[in-house]
Amino acid sequence: MSKDTIRDNIIELKHISRTFDDGFRVVEDFNLTIQRGEFVTFLGPSGCGKTTTLRMIAGFDKPTEGELLLNGEDIRDLPPNKRPINTVFQRYALFPHLNVFDNIAFGLKLKKLPKAEIIKKVKKALEMVDLEDFEERRIQTLSGGQQQRIAIARALVNEPEILLLDEPLGALDLKMRKEMQLELKSMHEKLGITFIYVTHDQEEALTMSDKIVVMSEGKIQQIGTPEDIYNEPKNAFVADFIGESNIFSGIMTGKCRVRFCGAEFECVDDVEHGTMIDAVVRPEDVTITAPDQGIIKGRVTSVIFKGVHYEIAVQSGKNEIVVQSTRKAEVNAVVGLYIEPEGIHIMIAEDTINRIESGVDKDYRLYFLNGELNCDMTALIPGTAYNTDGALVDAHGDVIEPDRIKVIVSVKPEDITMSDDKEAGMLRGHIINLIYKGDHYSYVVRTEEDEDFIVDDEYLWNMDDYVSLVIPKDKFNYTLKK
Amino acid sequence: MSKFRFQRAQLCIPYGVFLVCFVLAPLIVIIYYAFTNGEGQFTLENLTGFFTSPNTIGTLFYSFGIAVVTTCVCLMLAYPIAYILARSRFRHKSVILMVFVMPMWINFTLRITALKEILTVIEGNLSFHPFLNTIIGMTYDFLPFMILPIYTTLLKLDNSLLEAASDLGADAVRTFLRVTLPLSVPGIISGIVMVFLPSMTNYVVLDMLYNSTYIMGSLIGAYFSSYDWHNGSMIALILLIIILVFTLFTNRYADEDAGSSRGGVLR
Repeated sequence: MSKDTIRDNIIELKHISRTFDDGFRVVEDFNLTIQRGEFVTFLGPSGCGKTTTLRMIAGFDKPTEGELLLNGEDIRDLPPNKRPINTVFQRYALFPHLNVFDNIAFGLKLKKLPKAEIIKKVKKALEMVDLEDFEERRIQTLSGGQQQRIAIARALVNEPEILLLDEPLGALDLKMRKEMQLELKSMHEKLGITFIYVTHDQEEALTMSDKIVVMSEGKIQQIGTPEDIYNEPKNAFVADFIGESNIFSGIMTGKCRVRFCGAEFECVDDVEHGTMIDAVVRPEDVTITAPDQGIIKGRVTSVIFKGVHYEIAVQSGKNEIVVQSTRKAEVNAVVGLYIEPEGIHIMIAEDTINRIESGVDKDYRLYFLNGELNCDMTALIPGTAYNTDGALVDAHGDVIEPDRIKVIVSVKPEDITMSDDKEAGMLRGHIINLIYKGDHYSYVVRTEEDEDFIVDDEYLWNMDDYVSLVIPKDKFNYTLKK
Repeated sequence: MSKFRFQRAQLCIPYGVFLVCFVLAPLIVIIYYAFTNGEGQFTLENLTGFFTSPNTIGTLFYSFGIAVVTTCVCLMLAYPIAYILARSRFRHKSVILMVFVMPMWINFTLRITALKEILTVIEGNLSFHPFLNTIIGMTYDFLPFMILPIYTTLLKLDNSLLEAASDLGADAVRTFLRVTLPLSVPGIISGIVMVFLPSMTNYVVLDMLYNSTYIMGSLIGAYFSSYDWHNGSMIALILLIIILVFTLFTNRYADEDAGSSRGGVLR
């Protein structure tokens, strides 16, 4: 029994990390096991490390740490040409100097197969992608969709154990993309080969995959089936990235009772009373009722027709709630909103306090912010005092060397304000992420020193805005790192 | 009546005038002289003379030989340099490239004179290895013209194609032979055209490093300096036709091999 399960794991990534030469950590502690025949999708915004992970599986990139097991054997040092893995590249990467036949036969010729067999296999591969009799065509004469199919045929003809697809449908138009999604899905079912697919398109991921790996900033956010990921997002990032959602900060007020948007709701998740939470409510799970029949009341601020449904924004107090409904509402009408207990998904709020680690210089001043902060070491380390030389000594009079001290500086997101006056704050950076949390926005600001700060602000800023962070000095907290 | 209207085609007028005065007119003069004799009468004697005289035919083959050897040596030296420069992740590629191209900034005659001195020091007497000296001189002169086009094509080579080859099972050598080399053919062709043609006719190098023999260029010079315009023009015309045929041939080859990608001289 256990032996079978071991054999069924075709590829395992254990604690894989990849750091670029400039010190940037693209992938961090990536752990994933993929079973033979699975369709796995890496999903995330651009720059989240999904393509790098794929390239490490293909062999074009090498993990700086961790183990990469294929059928139980470490393939870290195996070059791409020795791996039973083939790739469909983002821009197809078809050889422009070869015709369709020679492109598809490229791998087979390298394996020195007999000519008749090559011809047979290429023919079969072309049939599979619906491009019979294209053998003699030049690559330049093919449309984007046809090139895409040739690229798939070129990879599949080698009968790889794993097929990697790096955003293969990104360059196609919407209709073609939908068509290819279904075709790829049916090819996967027919061939039984393991597919690893990379995309930033959540709909594509939900349509095609057996298992989705949601990634952000080099880390896995959640692994699960499409249903899991959609219905039970693990954190605010996943909820926000997959489908439309309303996210509200709230608190548990009792057994399966939660308070957010100024009202109390029943829910199905039993989380400890008093826990700070994020509540995720999908727009289609909100019902519009008569003003006094809902749980909360609000005023309609906008109505947009979206084909299948209307997208209706309702303002209730400080919170904005997006509702999808097949029935139209009038702008400025006062309505009631009702959410079924099953429609509320509770996520325990992430630890949102900003922590920065800093060493101290020879005068025991923090390197962080160039020593501008007054952090009293004698208060931080009990029983210490400064001697006459200005060195820190412990109760026995032994000097504590500055390089042994590490201080954690922490500051709460709500204590930071953002300003577009570059000189106003002591830190400057770009907004790299934002999530709307009902009555405020939660931002992530990456500073010039490459540190990420979570900032709560009620005003809307834009992605990539360059801001300075104003933090009153008395809002900093210091603890000693053990 | 109607006002003067500026058209884009009119921008061509200055070059058109230049072309007529300094390219077309001399060409007509050359054709005229090539097919006439001293009395100004039409004759094919110059043409038959060229192909029957062992002197001219010998010179033609000798020039051809020198050009072929020079081109081969240049190609063998230039390709690895261009490849390393284009494919390496070295940050200051352009500086290194400049080192190779810099000799082009120095006056040609000056360069060859310097080379002559160096070779004299090394060999003692230049007349010991006249052929070798010529090849060294020519290679020295034309190497940058071979490096640059190859470097440019290799630089534009899409890295994902190399990854695709490796993904499909090709090792480094086979990736080079089956993808990199075929895709750099347009650059190689441009390089060959830019080296082969001038080295057929460049007689300054030969004059300074060889002294005793003729190539096509020097043969024309010799006829002209003895006021034999007719035979000189015929040789010039034949050379022109050889170059034209060669260029057409390489262009077609570049077309076939590289599809829409760059290369060739006449485009």
